[in-house]
Amino acid sequence: MVKPRLTGLIKIILLLCIYGVVRLLESRGLLLPYHVQVLSLCCINVILVVSLNLINGFTGQFSIGHAGFLAIGAYLSAFLTVKMHVPFLAAILCGGLLAGLAGLAVGLPALRLRGDYLAIATLGFGEIIRVIILNMEAVGGAKGFSGIPKYTTFGIAYLTAIITVVVIRNFVHSDYGRACLAVREDEIAAESLGVNSTYFKVLAFALGAFFAGTAGALFSHYLQYMAPTPSQIGFVKSIDILIMLVLGGLGSLTGSVIAAVVLTIIPELLRGFAEYRMIIYPILLIVVMLYLPAGLMAGRELSLDSLARLCKGVKSSAHYS
Amino acid sequence: MSWHIAALQQLVNGLALGSVYALIALGYTMVYGIIKLINFAHGEIYMLGAYFGFYALTLLNLSLLPAMLLSMAAAALVGVLLERVAYRPLRNSPRISVLITAIGASLLFQSTAQLVFGASFKPFPQAMPFRRIQLGPVFITNRQLLIFGVAVLLMILLHVLVTYTKFGKAMRAVARDKEAALLMGINVDRIISATFALGSALAATAGILVGMYYNRIDPYMGMMPGLKAFVAAVLGGIGMVPGAVLGGLLMGVAENLVVTLGSSTLRDAVAFAVLIVVLLFRPTGLLGKKGIEKV
Repeated sequence: MVKPRLTGLIKIILLLCIYGVVRLLESRGLLLPYHVQVLSLCCINVILVVSLNLINGFTGQFSIGHAGFLAIGAYLSAFLTVKMHVPFLAAILCGGLLAGLAGLAVGLPALRLRGDYLAIATLGFGEIIRVIILNMEAVGGAKGFSGIPKYTTFGIAYLTAIITVVVIRNFVHSDYGRACLAVREDEIAAESLGVNSTYFKVLAFALGAFFAGTAGALFSHYLQYMAPTPSQIGFVKSIDILIMLVLGGLGSLTGSVIAAVVLTIIPELLRGFAEYRMIIYPILLIVVMLYLPAGLMAGRELSLDSLARLCKGVKSSAHYS
Repeated sequence: MSWHIAALQQLVNGLALGSVYALIALGYTMVYGIIKLINFAHGEIYMLGAYFGFYALTLLNLSLLPAMLLSMAAAALVGVLLERVAYRPLRNSPRISVLITAIGASLLFQSTAQLVFGASFKPFPQAMPFRRIQLGPVFITNRQLLIFGVAVLLMILLHVLVTYTKFGKAMRAVARDKEAALLMGINVDRIISATFALGSALAATAGILVGMYYNRIDPYMGMMPGLKAFVAAVLGGIGMVPGAVLGGLLMGVAENLVVTLGSSTLRDAVAFAVLIVVLLFRPTGLLGKKGIEKV
């Protein structure tokens, strides 16, 4: 058992080290700007997957419309920075808040539905958002929104990702989070113990939507161009996020982070085989699902404790041999 | 043309499109009814059906009916293989992993089709001369008539199959309670395979009909109609054959009426908006029965 204060310190140092190493490699020219770009995209995807995990993994509500919230954050923030000259950080916050409000507005009625019905309703909601954006001339309509300044740096994306993970981790470990877990495990039992299941479902939904909105703001200022296509802000994107979540394992934050990073990098590595990339990727997906149906982490977490235990286990087994 | 004639015309167009949705929705609803899986790859089977039909018509020089039958058989085979390879091993896993597998299969079919058939669209051969028939104030094309005719015929056949044959009885039994059906000596695996075969064959027909109607097919054609057909199935009440037909027709008509009233880009949103409204007031779909939740 490592002392809590010590682990906190170790974690902060580790996170700073990662940032430092990236910056160092970048300045030495070992990481090309392209690599740093991919790393920023990794961070954005981490935010998306972790926030979807709060809804799907911890609260057990099956949502496949996450890209809708991303779209709201992406377009609002881009509109604010391009047309209103609002500072980027404020734009991120506004994008997140509007997405959170949308989450509230959708969550209140939609969360009366369950299982597949909720899934299809959220999917429908995501598509409605996309079509509304498609018809909004102020944000470029069907032509897409171009000329967005490139404000998203690796530093900002990295910091936002860390904040997201910490906030959601603390939420999950709080009383609220425990109520969400209770709703996931058995809604009726939770209700009978006095948990207001609608309240917690909507809360988780709105919080997840908020972070998806911030990720969207980072995303639009990363790509510098938003197009209202299914693969960028529609159901194809939602499904991308969902795939990362499920591969990492529902209900595992470290699983989400690992899966988001790995599944952002793999398609980039497969770029050389562009023709076969889109075939290898789904086969990989099916194979993982066939052999690891609960995902890589299967609801467990990777922590310093478990790492320490692992090291100790290796050491002690080394003693015996 | 005054607006009500335009609306009537769109009603005809909507019914034609709607019967295609209904044919696809039937496959969704049967599979969902029997193994509770949203078979995301179903839209791609519809796309493959269109391509099979295309090659049967162009490479093999078959006429329409044999081409259709060949494509139905090939699509049925793909459907059965898909279930055998990707879904059956996961039958006792969490439902979300089966769903992800289905999404994976859908992506796989799409990209394979893109690689094999080419990413650009292909003009679909016109197996029959184009004719326009005036019916009172509205026009109806012979292609639309073909769509109606084939769709209605297949739906009647399916209805007879499900309601009056021994196979249909077994299918309904498996949908109601898989374990009990197994105890009664029904070969559940075979029934599930047959369900996939039936649904895929219907989707393939829809693919050919749409190919002829719009004159073009491409590897992504299954995405949106697949999604909308699923919405149609949910709208009517998923798991029920008449529900899928009703949902499909309603969806087609609603979409075309919106096109008359205004923007055609809003048309994709309408389908989903209708769905959300219906789900909020009748969460089990229009024809769905409300089940009592037991603890």
